[in-house]
Amino acid sequence: MATADRPQMPKGTDRMQPTMVGESYTDRRSQELLKRYRGTRERRQKKAEQLAEASQYQLMLAQFKKHRIATVSLYLLVILYLMAIFASFVVPYDTLQRFDQFGYAKPSQLHIVDANGNVHLPFIYGRTSKLDKKTFKYTFEEDTSKQYPVRLFVTGKPYDLLGVIPMSRHLFGVEGDQPFFLLGADKLGRDLFSRIIYASRVSLFIGFAGVIISFVLGIILGGISGYFGGVVDTVIQRIIEFIMSIPQIPVWMALSAAIPKEWSGIQKFFAITLVLSFVGWTGLARVVRGKLISLREEDYVIAARISSAKPMQIIFRHLLPGVTSFLVVSITLAIPGMILGETTLSFLGLGITAPDVSWGSLLQDAQDINAIANYPWLLAPVFFVMLAVVLFNFIGDGLRDAADPYSR
Amino acid sequence: MGHFILRRLLMLVPFLFLVSALAFIVIQLPPGSFIDTYRRNLEAQGGTVNEAQLKALEVRYGLDKPVIVQYAIWTWNILSRGDFGNSFRYQRPVADILWERVPRTVGISLLAIVFTWIIAIPLGIISAIKQYSIWDYVLTFLSFIGLSVPAFLLAIVLMYVVFTQTGWLVTGLYSPQFQNAPMSVAKFVDLLKNIWLPLLVLAVTGAAGTIRVLRATLLDELQKPYVTTARAKGLPEWRVILKYPVRLAINPMISTIGWLLPAVVGGELVVSKVLNLPTVGPIILEATLAQDMFLAGAFVLILSALTLIGTLISDICLAWLDPRIRYGCAAHAQ
Repeated sequence: MATADRPQMPKGTDRMQPTMVGESYTDRRSQELLKRYRGTRERRQKKAEQLAEASQYQLMLAQFKKHRIATVSLYLLVILYLMAIFASFVVPYDTLQRFDQFGYAKPSQLHIVDANGNVHLPFIYGRTSKLDKKTFKYTFEEDTSKQYPVRLFVTGKPYDLLGVIPMSRHLFGVEGDQPFFLLGADKLGRDLFSRIIYASRVSLFIGFAGVIISFVLGIILGGISGYFGGVVDTVIQRIIEFIMSIPQIPVWMALSAAIPKEWSGIQKFFAITLVLSFVGWTGLARVVRGKLISLREEDYVIAARISSAKPMQIIFRHLLPGVTSFLVVSITLAIPGMILGETTLSFLGLGITAPDVSWGSLLQDAQDINAIANYPWLLAPVFFVMLAVVLFNFIGDGLRDAADPYSR
Repeated sequence: MGHFILRRLLMLVPFLFLVSALAFIVIQLPPGSFIDTYRRNLEAQGGTVNEAQLKALEVRYGLDKPVIVQYAIWTWNILSRGDFGNSFRYQRPVADILWERVPRTVGISLLAIVFTWIIAIPLGIISAIKQYSIWDYVLTFLSFIGLSVPAFLLAIVLMYVVFTQTGWLVTGLYSPQFQNAPMSVAKFVDLLKNIWLPLLVLAVTGAAGTIRVLRATLLDELQKPYVTTARAKGLPEWRVILKYPVRLAINPMISTIGWLLPAVVGGELVVSKVLNLPTVGPIILEATLAQDMFLAGAFVLILSALTLIGTLISDICLAWLDPRIRYGCAAHAQ
């Protein structure tokens, strides 16, 4: 895109005579550089020609793709979400499936080379557990005589994929009666990996659910505030300032304390979403308002007003499409806040509770320092939370650069 | 200046009113009146329910009257006598518990903000003057992580790392042997041994955003002609940077208290639960879990009010430092 205003090379260098080539190092080198320069220039020019008639959306996409980290993050995030959606296929076990005598079992160790030095496909050894009579802890010993191969697409417990397609194959698993704990097991001998992936359903989708509610509130209130201005604007802005300036965690805690304990998992999910959105809409409302204020004096808005369009029509049909790209950015950046909010609440025992799982409720097991010191794999959900949040932030960052293709 | 302070103080009044309304809503939220909760709690603990006492409570809080009147009674009790009601769980006046716990939370939060600056100011300056260097990228990456990771997760991980590396468990404010001892040098040293972790955790999460703000403002300032002038006059580079652009770029840091303070106070609650600090955190959590709403509501009220006042003080400081804000138009204050 920037080819046009690149400083032109002096004419002489562009038309260097081929006879001079190869006579000295400097000549060769300059020829090389020239070639490279032409190569990149042509490529750039081609790209610029392609983009000359591109739509706003294509420009954004091209700009977004330039942000390497953001692109990679997007792919990783899509994988995370796919894993959450197809959780029942991806994981080897159910969330509540218990393996007796495997409480706090270490992550299964994958082997390739067996005791005799022969190389196999990945396999695990059988483990036998013994109860230590003094400490009442299970200790595990690997039994090298018995090998259990780890396979893809093994047949396991039957389930309904997406609740409709009956299946019994799982992405990976172990043949035989030995449990395979990729990330270890919790206190009751349940596979932590399976639980984390199932938990990501709640944790990842609460972000979306929360953002949708915040989004609706934010657009309506921010739109009204920005379009009408005056007293309405002042009142709404004061309320936003107020909500932003009080610490949100105690408010979240106090609000979620009111969620009845006997509610079902899905009801709790929506209640928590509401609690989180109570604070979350303010940021979006600010973005919408700020943009609308700058747009409402544009000629096309005045034209719409003269043609006696109603305020709501002007806001939704003419003004909001102009701020879509900014909304996408702020939504992307608002989702991680929601995810963290849910994690915090569930971690404290105020959000999702057993038998439902979320990353936060899984981390409740990691509250006790003794548990972490002895069974550090209980911290695994932390890394999933961090991963999801960092990915969202990187994508948001890339989108922010992309949303304004003319900014540089 | 006096005019500015007066205006801000007047703006505080409706905010405090909103805070009290929010706290009262929190108290009212659980189904049934709190007398019912009280009765349930007493019965659950196996205590006998004294009907006359319940009746007295009902009259005291005007439970037979409409909600607005109840709200009026509740606020009047607070304003006139500092009476926040009674905690069902602890069987003590809420005000006593507040008095015991809130100063610690305030202290830790303020210290954490000071720590945040101690970390953020040098790093922000480095990030700006060495723009696009390896340091800048490392710091940018770290501040991304710091922005993404909530304090309590960092606290768990750090506690685990310290414990496995040194076998030393950082928890609580004092070691057991100092728990009830009077203040002494030894006790103070013990306090320092334990308090660095929560402070560090809170400061790191707060510093991330502050570094970004400082870097951005400093980059703006560094391009201005007065910097070139200072250089042309032959000032040493460190003086050029520290004396003029940094001084200007520090100003917005004061206004970041506005969003730093709520975040730190909130973060402190959860961190203190993880690290077992005797501050507001564990109590407010227990109160909400047991639906001891007078206590929970009072904490929401006090923490929010203190945060609002803290923000107000920071605004006044900023106006005092920066005349553009004092006389500025509304558009500039954006």
